Parts: sequence; structure tokens; C-alpha cells
Amino acid sequence: MSDVILSLQHLHKRFGALQATHDVSLELHQGEIHALIGPNGAGKSTLIGQIAGNLRPDEGSVFLAGTEITQMSIAQRARLGLGRSFQVSSLAEPLSVMRNVMMGVQALQSHSFRFWKPIARDKALLEPAYEALERMQLSHRAWTPVSELSHGERRQVEVACALALKPRALLLDEPMAGLGPEGSAKLTELLEALKHEVPILLIEHDMEAVFRLADRISVLVSGSVIAHGDSHAIKQDPRVREAYLGNDDA
Amino acid sequence: MSVTLLIEQLLNGVQLGTMLFLMASGLTLIFGVMGLINLAHGSFYMVGAYATAAVTASTGSFLIGLGAGITAAALVGALVELLVIRRLYHRPHLDQVLATFALILIFSEGTRWIFGSSPLWLSPPSWLTGFVTLPGGTRYPLYRLMLIGVGVSISIALYLLISRTRLGMRIRAGESDREMIGALGVNIARLYTVVFALGAALAGLAGALVGALQSVQVGMGEPVLILAFVVIVIGGIGSIKGALFGALLVGVVDTLGRVYLPIFFRAFMPPSEATGTGAALAAMLIYILMAVILAFKPKGLFSAHD
Amino acid sequence: MTNYTPVSKKTPMPSQGTAEVAPATQVDSHFGRKGIVQMILLGLLLLLPIAAYFLGHLYYVNLASRITIIAMAAVGLNLAIGYGGMVSFGHAAYFGLGGYIAGISAYHAFDMTPFMTWPFNVPGSDSLLVVWLAAIVLCGLLALAIGAISLRTTGVYFIMITLAFAQMIYYFANSWPTYGGEDGLPIYLRNSLPIVDTTNALTYFLICFTGLVLAMAITSRLMKSRFGAALTMARLNDVRLATAGISPYPIRLVAFVISAAITGLAGALYADLNGFISPTMLSWHFSGELMVIVILGGVGRLYGPLAGAILFVMMEMLLGGITEYWQLFLGLVLLGVVLFAKHGVMGWLAGRERNE
Repeated sequence: MSDVILSLQHLHKRFGALQATHDVSLELHQGEIHALIGPNGAGKSTLIGQIAGNLRPDEGSVFLAGTEITQMSIAQRARLGLGRSFQVSSLAEPLSVMRNVMMGVQALQSHSFRFWKPIARDKALLEPAYEALERMQLSHRAWTPVSELSHGERRQVEVACALALKPRALLLDEPMAGLGPEGSAKLTELLEALKHEVPILLIEHDMEAVFRLADRISVLVSGSVIAHGDSHAIKQDPRVREAYLGNDDA
Repeated sequence: MSVTLLIEQLLNGVQLGTMLFLMASGLTLIFGVMGLINLAHGSFYMVGAYATAAVTASTGSFLIGLGAGITAAALVGALVELLVIRRLYHRPHLDQVLATFALILIFSEGTRWIFGSSPLWLSPPSWLTGFVTLPGGTRYPLYRLMLIGVGVSISIALYLLISRTRLGMRIRAGESDREMIGALGVNIARLYTVVFALGAALAGLAGALVGALQSVQVGMGEPVLILAFVVIVIGGIGSIKGALFGALLVGVVDTLGRVYLPIFFRAFMPPSEATGTGAALAAMLIYILMAVILAFKPKGLFSAHD
Repeated sequence: MTNYTPVSKKTPMPSQGTAEVAPATQVDSHFGRKGIVQMILLGLLLLLPIAAYFLGHLYYVNLASRITIIAMAAVGLNLAIGYGGMVSFGHAAYFGLGGYIAGISAYHAFDMTPFMTWPFNVPGSDSLLVVWLAAIVLCGLLALAIGAISLRTTGVYFIMITLAFAQMIYYFANSWPTYGGEDGLPIYLRNSLPIVDTTNALTYFLICFTGLVLAMAITSRLMKSRFGAALTMARLNDVRLATAGISPYPIRLVAFVISAAITGLAGALYADLNGFISPTMLSWHFSGELMVIVILGGVGRLYGPLAGAILFVMMEMLLGGITEYWQLFLGLVLLGVVLFAKHGVMGWLAGRERNE
């Protein structure tokens, strides 16, 4: 395997009596999609929070491309190259798609305390944002307000926003949630094309997409990773079948 | 700087604190249960004072007047909730601020229209005037001591109301989970009206009691309202315990600051300058206190929400 | 598309042709209904006082100056509330501080006493340029301190804390005897500028008018810049902003400081207009009235503060002429606007679309 981009080392997080994350270690390598699955209440959101910076772990550390980011703010992590999407769409609805995507480009280029030059004609902002949109096949919607987009398009915009950061790793939180089969298939295709550029840590409920996309899968149950492996191994793992898949032979 | 002075001023501070608690508990309850910021709370304070002064003057009985004051404040509170406030629960805070600011204008100018610009006079009944000699020899006004007693009784009553009664249970449910109490079949609209009227009654009580110490005039509720804001910001918005703690802290710090800061500055300044500097700093003291507390605890000392 | 290929096409600029045009360019239009309403407002504000001056009605010239200055203070507040989503209930602090700077400076210049002698000597000054600079800088610094603490909180906390800090300044001014305490302080001679005569009512109006137009131009330009884009995102969705790699806190803080500096400059102009300063300028009623003006005009709209200020001062004058209880009616109007007409006067006059 090639080099490690994102690495979680022995993370622990406790909320009162609840051990939400228990000794979780994970690695995301260059060129792969690593899926994190688990039943509801397994502690996925807590784990994402610790990677993205909404939460601080009680113990353990997080590294991005060799830099420790455990104590960094959300914005610092983003500038270092951690792009993320949200389970519930978190775009600025009244603004155009472009204005949403441009934010990341702006963050990368320098500080935002530039008061004079209008962004509307700022090629240094527009072009990279446009590129990110093209990669998600959304450039034709660049000037549409987000509020007028379909659900599937919003999902793509979320990923484009993350791409605008020229990320070293992508953290996608249930990008397929709420998509119909068609939208799901389209996004799957786009993500597959993307993984050679940016490795993706994919948290997903849609098993079909997970098994198709993921190079490796980790299964989180009750705050701990109970299994690791490729899709074949995960499908066969009796603990996973018991804890997660139940009787449903996916 | 005698011990007697210190005890007297401490009691004054506690007395101010208990009155602030009457204001702050209503504000914080209304915020905790309905998520509403109510600037017009000071108007209920004023309504309570005016009604008490007017009825006391015509009946000659302070107690009847006090009863009328509390009732008037509660009724006005209920009316305001029904007509205006309930349209604001799901609105942004900015709308709530503006609408309740408009209510202040309406109440203040309306009161001025009815009662005129000159203050009304309300004095404590004769059986509450005079001084008490406390253990240690401090002589303290009976009426102020009574205010402390009322404040303490109300605090205990509120605690019992919230922890022991059906209404209290609903209030607690309303604070933690608004959908839940609806699902349980509680009439939320009525609960909100009752809570709002209760808060208004407490403010009216405070206004009436303090009105007998100072004068009853338009705008009297505003300085108290802002102090009450400081109290609940320090205590943590939504927390009754925080309101109690914050009220006593603010009452004592403010009172002692006003007395002792000028004395302190006299130690190394000419007296006239010391008085000015001391007074100016004393006026800022509780805000500085608030800033320091917020710098360490942005959500207040006993935050109920998060 | 299995592999990412660099984009070779030229990025289409928003102004080029497609049916979907960048909203940012619509804002610029001077010819729509909105543009016409805006030009009429500004034109009337400029021309009516000039006409009044030559007809000898100085009262109306000064009234226009008053509207202009209050509009400018509201432009400052609008930057915080409308564009930044920071509901400051304490902008009277900056307005009042600006006023006190003008008053105190004039007081020492008139008395020929120094403002302070330690650690270095600061004399009073009757130069408007010095006063304005001092107002901008000191109000900015005060806002930096207040904002640094207040912006760590959100929602109701922010509203109450900004209010409380403004009250702190108010009570300080009220109980500080050197500059008049609660009685305030007169400015015997209006602070001056080189060449022009600032005591002339029309000249002073034109100075204020220039100030207002500059404040609006700066706001407009600012909101189209990168900083404005970040501030807009901080208002609409601060999680998105942080996720895009920009911390909302410093963006908000800088906007808050600029907002306070504009309001503070308006305060300095106001003090010189009235020839008098008092703690009333610092009172929370004034903070509330400024908010009312912003909301009456239409929150987050460039011309909203101007429309709001005209309406407010006119109501004060007309209703105040009929009844001494005019604030009762102001309260009713305000209640009506908040409950039933959310888009303000500019929303009603110029259509609903709001500056992006």
C-alpha cells in the first residue's frame, strides 16, 4: 500500500457514561476509498466530529499527511487539505452554487481580509471554483441559487465545495443519503473517478454503493472497529453479519 | 469602614439581589421554556408599581394595593402573550427584540398618557416602617428586611413549584423538549400563557415592592431590566439556579462597589476626585464582572442550554 | 470521465450571456425599479436642503443633516446586523463615544487645557479631521474589545451582552463628573476644517452628506469583496464557512469593528451638529432606535438605513407635532412592521430581492 494520508490513532471519546469512541485506529491511503460502516448509534457521527474538528477526542490523535491535527480548528484542518461533506446538506441556500464553491478557493489563496476587489470578476477565484464544479459535472448550474437545485445536485455541490480546497483527503458523510437509485449511481460514478486524485473516507449506509466503491471497509459497532477488510472479507465476516447485516444477505 | 457599615451594605446588596432575582427568574423562565427574549419585562415591573401605587392611594391599604399590582401585571402579561408574544416564538431573535422594544414604547408612553409625567408616591405601610436592631447592633430598616424575606420566600416557592408540581413538571419538560410535551397532550399554548403571566407577576411584585422604596415613574423598569440581563447572562440563560446566584452576586457587588470604591480611592486621591472616579468605576463594576465571567464561561455559570 | 483532465475552456464570466446571470451583477443595476427608488431617495436628500437653504429655511437644512447623520449611524449598524447577522443592541456606545470625542476635544481646545499629560501630552483639538480620525480609531478599538468578548457567544447572549457593555459606557459617562456627568457638555464652537466654514448650515449638511455617501459606498464595495463574501457566508452558514477553511470569528470581529467605526464617525458629526453632548447619545433607547431604523428601512439593504432614517425622523416630526406621546404610535407602527411587513420600506418601494 502506498503512503498514509489520514491516520486516526487510538481515539477515545466519552460522553458521561457513554463510550462513543473506543480505541479507534484507522488509516486512509493514497488512491483508495475507505468506507466506514456501522449500524445507527455505532458512533459514526462522533468519530467524524473528531476527524473534522467539531469534537476533540479524550485520548488519541489524528494526523493529516503527517501533520498532527488533533487540536486544530475546523478551518485550520480545511486549509491543510481536509475536505468534507455533511450528512444534511449545509450549503448557503440563497447564494449561487458558485458563491458556495468559491469560499474554499478563497480560503486557500490567502486570508480573507481583502476589502476592495470585487469577487464577481476575480478570475483567480472563479476559475478554480469552476474547475471543481466541472469535476462534479455541475458547471452548467454555476450561477443557480442553491435553493433551486435538486437534492442530488446539492450533494454534488457539497463535494465540489470540498474539492475547491484541493484536498489531500475527503471525508464524505453519507453522500448518498436521500438519493434515488439514479442519483446514487451517478454520484458513485463521480466518486470512483475522483479517488485516484483524492483518497476518500466514505461513511455510507447505501451498501450497494459501499461494496462497489470501497477498496477497504471498516465496521464500527458500539464505538469500536470490529472488522477491517475488503468487501469480500466484510461480507463473509460472521461478526459483521451478526452485528450489522443481521439476516439480510446484502 | 466599620463592621456595622459592612453588614448594612451587605444586607442592602442581598436586598437588591432578591429583587433582581424576581425580575431575572421570570426572564430566564420565559427564555428557557419559550426561547423568547423579552425586553418588555421591565414594563411589567412598571405596571405592578403603578397599579400598586394607584390602588394603595385609593384604598389606603398597601396589601390590597400589592395584590392589585401583582394581579395587574399578571393580567397584562397574559394579554400581551395572547396578542403579541405568541406570534414571536418561531421568529428570529431580532424580531423578538424589536417587537418587545415596541411594547416598551407603547407601555411607557401609554402610562405617561394615563398617569402623567410626574412620579407617583408609594410608601411602605406604617407597620413596616422603622428599624430593627440586628444581632451585633446594626440597625436596619424593617421594610428592606421584609423585602429580603419576600425574596427568599419566593425563591423557595419557585423551587417547590418547579420541582414538585404538575405545572413545574411541564415547565421542565418544556425546557428540555418542546415537541415531547405537545405529544404528551399538554396544551402548550396555555402553558406558555401561564408561564408568561407568572413571570410578569413576579416582575410586577418586584416593581411594587421597590416602588415603595423609590419613586414610581415611567421608565423605572429599564435599569432593572438591564441589570436582570446581566444577571441571567452571568448565571446562564434558562437556569433558575443561575438567576438566583447571579442576582445575589450582582446585588452585592454593585452595592459594595458603590460604597467602598470611592472610599478606596480616597486613600491616594484628593476626596472630590476620588468620589468621581470611584462612582464612575463602581457604575462599571458589574459589567466588568460579567465580561470576566464570560471570558471564561461564554455560556454563563449554570448554563441550562448546552 | 475516468480521470480528471484540466479545464481548458475559458471560464464563462457571469456577465456573459447565459440565461442564468450571476446575482452579484444584478446588484449593480441603476436602471431597475430599485435603482430608480434609490436615486430618488438620495437625490431628494441632497436637493431639498439646498433648496431650503436658499429659501432661508435653515431649520430644514439642519433637519436634513440630522437625517443624514442618523442614516449614517444606521449604515454602520446595518453592516453588523444586516450583512453580518450580528444583532448588536449596543451601537449607541459607539455613536456616543464618537460624540464625546468631538465634545471633549472641543472642550479642551476651547479651554486650552490638555486632554491628558501622562504618559504623553495630548492637547484638545478643534480640527474636525483630528476629531474624525480619533472617533474612527477609538470607536474601532472599543468595538474590538467589546466584540472580542461578545462574539464568543451567539444569539440571545450576544444581544444582551452588547446591550450590557453599552450600558456600562452609559453609566460611566453618567457618573464621570469631569465632562458634565448626566448634564452633558456644550460645544461652544463647532469644530472646524481648513478652507470651508463649518458653521454654515449648508456646508455642514454637505459634509454630512458626503460622509453618508462614502459610508454607503464603502459598505457596498466591501460586501462585493472577498471579505464581504466571507461575511455573507458567516451570516448564512458559519459551519460552511469554517468547513471551507475560513474561521468565522475574525471575519465577524473585523466587520463589527468597521461597523462601529462608521457609527462612531456619525456620532462625532452629530455632536458638532447639535453643539451638545450628553449621555442620551449613549442610551439604550438610542441603540433600540437605530435598530428600528435599520429594520424599518429593510435589513441588509444598502439604502435601507437611509429610507429608515427618513421615515423615523419624519414620523418623529409629524407625529411629535400632533401629540407629545408620539412614541406610543411609533411603537404601534414598529409592532406592525415586525409582525406583518418583514421587508421594510425598501422592500415595499423597491421590490423584495435582497442584496446577496
